[in-house]
Amino acid sequence: MSTPHDPSQTTPVADPTDPRTPAPASVRLAAAPAAAAAPKEMAYRLKDVEVHYGDVKAVQGVTFDLAQNEITAFIGPSGCGKSTLIRCLNRMNDLVPSARVGGQVLYHGQDLYGDDIDAVQVRKVIGMVFQKPNPFPKSIYDNIAFGPRVLGRKKGMDEIVETALRRASLWDEVKDRLKTNAFGMSGGQQQRLCIARALAVEPDVILMDEPCSALDPISTAAIEDLMLELKERYTIAIVTHNMQQAARVSDRTAFFTVAKSDDGKRIGELVEFNPTEKVFSNPDDERTEQYVTGKFG
Amino acid sequence: MSAPTLTKARTGRSVGEQAIRGLLALAALVSVLTTTGIVVTLLEEAVSFFREVPFGDFFFGTKWTPLAGGESQSFGVLPLIFSTLYLTFIGLLVAIPVGLGVGIYLAEYASPRVRRVFKPVVELLAGIPTIVFGFFALTFFTPLLGDLGFELRIFNGLSAGIILGILVVPTIASVSEDALSSVPQSLREGAFGLGAAKWQVVVRVVFPAALSGVVAGLVLGASRAIGETVLILVAAGNSPNLSANLGIEHQNMAAFIANTARADISAGSVAYGTIFAVGATLFVITFVLNLFAIRFVRRYRQVYE
Repeated sequence: MSTPHDPSQTTPVADPTDPRTPAPASVRLAAAPAAAAAPKEMAYRLKDVEVHYGDVKAVQGVTFDLAQNEITAFIGPSGCGKSTLIRCLNRMNDLVPSARVGGQVLYHGQDLYGDDIDAVQVRKVIGMVFQKPNPFPKSIYDNIAFGPRVLGRKKGMDEIVETALRRASLWDEVKDRLKTNAFGMSGGQQQRLCIARALAVEPDVILMDEPCSALDPISTAAIEDLMLELKERYTIAIVTHNMQQAARVSDRTAFFTVAKSDDGKRIGELVEFNPTEKVFSNPDDERTEQYVTGKFG
Repeated sequence: MSAPTLTKARTGRSVGEQAIRGLLALAALVSVLTTTGIVVTLLEEAVSFFREVPFGDFFFGTKWTPLAGGESQSFGVLPLIFSTLYLTFIGLLVAIPVGLGVGIYLAEYASPRVRRVFKPVVELLAGIPTIVFGFFALTFFTPLLGDLGFELRIFNGLSAGIILGILVVPTIASVSEDALSSVPQSLREGAFGLGAAKWQVVVRVVFPAALSGVVAGLVLGASRAIGETVLILVAAGNSPNLSANLGIEHQNMAAFIANTARADISAGSVAYGTIFAVGATLFVITFVLNLFAIRFVRRYRQVYE
């Protein structure tokens, strides 16, 4: 069986001419360090991250590293700051005028909140999928093409659209109605469209803020399968209320909870960050155990 | 313990409900009757006018001297229609970019604090009586344009047209701001999340999503401009002109009606009939404009739920 040029036989290796291959981070964000020889390179290093909305502190004391090509789940009760935190990872909190981020969010060694960082550039490299499917009121095709067009790409759009839809396992369902409005799709399809739309920009990281909370179990399973495929190429962080989901898909889990400060204010904080298996079987912290076993939250 | 009574009771409550219902229906009826009355009056007088003046002479004639005596009397309404649309066009040339600019700024760019101050000020502009705009155009803006080197008569289309635009700005700004603001934040986030810059989010996502509302605002503005009376009466003079020259007088249809209604003519005369013929024509133009707008809005409405 030595047919070296049969693409179906070879494992996908980075081919710079293949439009499906995401360019390494170093190409698009300046000054990324060379890949370490270590088995897991860290995409993010967070140190003492905290977020304020006006005078209110929403979350504090978040320190952990997110490994590349892993799925990291953020779990915890409502109000624990997990959605707030994930929105720090691509400067999405910039859209809230009163939000302020403290501490350090390093992405491949670069401080995302540094003075010379362009938030728009950050969001090109770090895509996001939201809680409620939010396709644009345009055709399926135009939804996918939106990102590449924003980046100034004009040629080869058909191929980009097809590739993105294939990667989101949506191509076979929609290939005959690409020009129809995206709102004609089911909720689960819409959410996979939003994932495809994010993939079309060729990001390095995909942030998912409760991507399945508005979906039925079958659509949820489809998206979970998709995530497991996507982590071969992308680094993924997901906020979820569904502990089984975190257990099923993630490699590592961050558990957040709501703490009361001395003056009685409720502040979210990180309790535990460990490999998912450990968090769900033998967590370090008692509060984590209570939460994952359903005794609290 | 007896079961609670569920049967209808002849109580004061049900009588009150009926009374409220009746009053509300009456209010609805008033507006319907008024509209019907207006249309009937217009048509009646217009029909009797067209018994005297042939249809073709009215709609295709290029000489408009309905109040002149004898041979020089002519009922070609084209100059009047032209001046009306021309003034509206000049007005919209000013009002659309400025109005949309204000609307987009308020909805997308202004900080909440700026918006809190700015929006009421813009809406205040809509509340200024148009006679004030008229005298502003006549006594301030026309001389200013003259100083800038424009060759203008005292009553002219340029000054009136531009101020007409200013007058319409709040309408367009306010309606388009509402339309843009009602675009769900989730769409903006979706676009930002794909690495779009602010202006790309506004131009490619928010504006198209709000287009039907924005167009509604434009039509409302155009309708106001077409029907504006006092400003034109005061600043643009008393004769319509089938001429692109903005330095001369340009009377629009509404101003003609107002001017003629107070002129010394006898009720029932042909000159008197022109008021209604012109009124009916104006009504039809506005009606058709609205019809087109409704079709446009239906066709391009983007539903985002």
